[in-house]
Amino acid sequence: MMRFMLLFSRQGKLRLQKWYTPTSERDKKKLVRELMQMVLARKPKMCSFLEWRDLKIVYKRYASLYFCCAVEEQDNELITLEVIHRFVELLDKYFGSVCELDIIFNFEKAYFILDEFLMGGEIQDTSKKSVLKAIEQADLLQEEDESPRSVLEEMGLA
Amino acid sequence: MVSVTYRATREDSSVFLVSIQPRMPAPIRLRELIRTIRTARTQAEEREMIQKECAAIRSSFREEDNTYRCRNVAKLLYMHMLGYPAHFGQLECLKLIASQKFTDKRIGYLGAMLLLDERQDVHLLMTNCIKNDLNHSTQFVQGLALCTLGCMGSSEMCRDLAGEVEKLLKTSNSYLRKKAALSAVHVIRKVPELMEMFLPATKNLLNEKNHGVLHTSVVLLTEMCERSPDMLAHFRKLVPQLVRILKNLIMSGYSPEHDVSGISDPFLQVRILRLLRILGRNDDDSSEAMNDILAQVATNTETSKNVGNAILYETVLTIMDIKSESGLRVLAINILGRFLLNNDKNIRQVSLYTLVFGYVALTSLLKTVQTDHNAVQRHRSTIVDCLKDLDVSIKRRAMELSFALVNGNNIRGMMKELLYFLDSCDPEFKADCASGVFHAAEKYAPSKRWHIDTIMRVLTTAGSYVRDDAVPNLIQLITNSVEMHGYTVQRLYKALIDDISQQPLIQVSSWCIGEYGDLLVSGKCEEEEPIQVTEDEVLDVLEGILVSNLSSTVTRGYSLTAIMKLSTRFASTVNRIKKVVLVYGSSIDVELQQRAVEYNALFKKYDHMRPALLERMPVMEKTSTNGPTEIVQTNGETEPSILETKHMPNVPQPANQANDLLDLLGGNDVISVIQTAPPTKLVSAGGELLDLLGDLSLSGSVPAPGPQVSISQPPFLLDGLASQPLFNDVAAGIPPMIAYNKNGLKIDFTFERSNTNPNIAVITMHASNSTEAEMTEFVFQAAVPKTFQLQLLSPSSNIVPALNAGTVTQIIKVLNPQKQQLRMRVKLTYTHKGSSLQDLAEVNNFPPQSWQ
Repeated sequence: MMRFMLLFSRQGKLRLQKWYTPTSERDKKKLVRELMQMVLARKPKMCSFLEWRDLKIVYKRYASLYFCCAVEEQDNELITLEVIHRFVELLDKYFGSVCELDIIFNFEKAYFILDEFLMGGEIQDTSKKSVLKAIEQADLLQEEDESPRSVLEEMGLA
Repeated sequence: MVSVTYRATREDSSVFLVSIQPRMPAPIRLRELIRTIRTARTQAEEREMIQKECAAIRSSFREEDNTYRCRNVAKLLYMHMLGYPAHFGQLECLKLIASQKFTDKRIGYLGAMLLLDERQDVHLLMTNCIKNDLNHSTQFVQGLALCTLGCMGSSEMCRDLAGEVEKLLKTSNSYLRKKAALSAVHVIRKVPELMEMFLPATKNLLNEKNHGVLHTSVVLLTEMCERSPDMLAHFRKLVPQLVRILKNLIMSGYSPEHDVSGISDPFLQVRILRLLRILGRNDDDSSEAMNDILAQVATNTETSKNVGNAILYETVLTIMDIKSESGLRVLAINILGRFLLNNDKNIRQVSLYTLVFGYVALTSLLKTVQTDHNAVQRHRSTIVDCLKDLDVSIKRRAMELSFALVNGNNIRGMMKELLYFLDSCDPEFKADCASGVFHAAEKYAPSKRWHIDTIMRVLTTAGSYVRDDAVPNLIQLITNSVEMHGYTVQRLYKALIDDISQQPLIQVSSWCIGEYGDLLVSGKCEEEEPIQVTEDEVLDVLEGILVSNLSSTVTRGYSLTAIMKLSTRFASTVNRIKKVVLVYGSSIDVELQQRAVEYNALFKKYDHMRPALLERMPVMEKTSTNGPTEIVQTNGETEPSILETKHMPNVPQPANQANDLLDLLGGNDVISVIQTAPPTKLVSAGGELLDLLGDLSLSGSVPAPGPQVSISQPPFLLDGLASQPLFNDVAAGIPPMIAYNKNGLKIDFTFERSNTNPNIAVITMHASNSTEAEMTEFVFQAAVPKTFQLQLLSPSSNIVPALNAGTVTQIIKVLNPQKQQLRMRVKLTYTHKGSSLQDLAEVNNFPPQSWQ
């Protein structure tokens, strides 16, 4: 299974963190710092895999963002690269040519998409279409939910 | 937003004060907050903004404002991602989850997943909400609940809600079914005892058409099979269905929904391959059932993109792990070899993709080298090239693999590459590489001189990285190489005058000079041009070490002791030595002081004992100390030489080398093992060993296997300090047996268990001869099935005296990690009454205690 996924920029700013095993806040911070340091130190021509503690780190850079996953010993690193790529494709389809800013300003949506694609460190659905459709429908549900409010209500006068 | 208050005076109704109070504005929107925070130019500025907003959010929470709770929690989550504390939002998440609005639930569950893991006290409060939402009328709400449970539910929560998950696992709604499957996986991981309750629901999982359900079902089945041998046995019947699904994926035409670069649902293919691996392991029938599909995937998958290679990689892992046919295994190894070549070519183009590839291939090869030496040996040169790669991960794998591939045949070439690597590699590799070189040299050194030279090379080029325990080992080795003493001390002396900074080198050199200093000044050396050095020059060097700031205390100790020992080996400088020893009697270093004082005493009061005490060290018994933790690998020593020899024209066998390889790997299910250090003349062991495997009469000049080092015991890497014997004298209660008894030759086996590894059985072969003529040139060989490993030590002799006047004994060690029934095929050759005889026999009557 995937243990966690991190998205961060070249400047070391965390944009998304998904943990699939219970980890204390302190440990999370420490891990994130350590991994960011390791991955950011890698040269462009180097291999996408790193060994770290008892896990394998699979990372790929897309424009200004690093996508970094930790998988277990028995997991297939090459397919993990494809998992990362699939997630990027989903974001891209959803946001329309996704860039880092989209993920910064709509981080909760990025999480929603991730949670529709992966669960407990495993893939839920291998169909891009299916995942995107589910998100779309959930978004619709969210819109319907938000009943229109009157101006007075907004002003707190009614 | 203002509230207006008028105040009237008492006397008249003229106008007066109007006070305008601002009311609490609506909390700012998420995007606006993000925008604002991003304008902060310093960390301090950011912190200030955050604190201000947190205060506002706290007030808003206190007001129990339902309207803006969602917005506030979202902002809190953003700030949490920036690294600021957000625990005061935990309860708010719970309230959001309990809300009826979908938007609230969405953010609430997200917040719960980010802030409310099982370590938090309030975690369990979610249980009821989740339970209700699992039964919600809207599937997206159910989905949120399943996701939260499946990502971070605690054991207790899992126990409470497992029933709900099980229910949903049986639903016909594929959107929910796939999520339920992964929730079940999580529940099983947290509470393995609950696995049983999900068994009924797994019945029809693979009948689904929906790929999401299929994929998650395969994950669930995998989890169950990995955790329970009973489940594994139960699910073996699914192999045909899994094979069918995989076949459909490969054969089906283009399916846009699941296509990735021309491959249909590679994620599902990989998971199925992994499940097949688990089901096929150790099971002949299952392995056979999947043989064809594996071959199909292996040969038909496109290798131009990463996705195809991901599938091939998984396929190779599966092939190597199940009981596959030999042809399939060779196919798998060749795929790995191609992976490496890919890497090789593209290094020049410096393509990231193939570098990724090479790393993966090397890791797989490391796992396979244990069992398919010869096929992997073919790729040795490619692996060695990877030592020169720029990527640290690849270099490390290549180094590990290179050491695993070293054997008696390739030792010279491999060592050249590895020493070159040692010279130029990063410091982080040097210690491991040095150790590996020592180990390999000890096992396979073709000559003593080569061995010493190799050690010298390591000491001089990576001397400071050599591990401390190497020094005593090396000293022991040098002591035992009696005829090389002159050469060794000369070379070490030369190295010493060049450089006195590398402690292990100085220690070994000092010791040597102390021991063999007489040879050094003798002006004689057999192996190379002798150097002319005087006793005073030698003492200058040793004293130099004593005073140098670079020398550690331990090193100084070695040096002082060496100087002392030279007092009995040097003729003309005894007085100088006495003076040095006297001086150090008042050294501030306690260790040195003590030595010097004792040596002084030796000069003063016990001078008559001095020669005896400082005598030359005897050859040390190489009793294998705490024993090997694994049997020495044969590393396919004979096989590569088979591939390299040409066939003699009169060999009736088909000249196809690939076939021979297959026969060796699979034909008779035995692997031959060579004996180490044959006692006297070498019998041409190569060809005969092949015959052992069932009449492959490949002949041709095969170089004698094994090292030429004439040590009497097997070349295990010694931990020079421990002195525990390899095995107990007391037999571990295993009854002896007669392995062979024909034509007057009787072979008995007696058993002992290795002290250190219960999987190793130590068998002593006793050969006796009841005829009236002796049996000369007696050679005993043995082979065992694939799952075992065997090592033969040298025999006591190769003459079996007549009329049971004596026995030839030989130790056989068998490693049996899977505790399978021991079987052995033996081959006996000897000369009797002038004719050459040989016989093959199966030994199957091993007592159960020897392998259980």
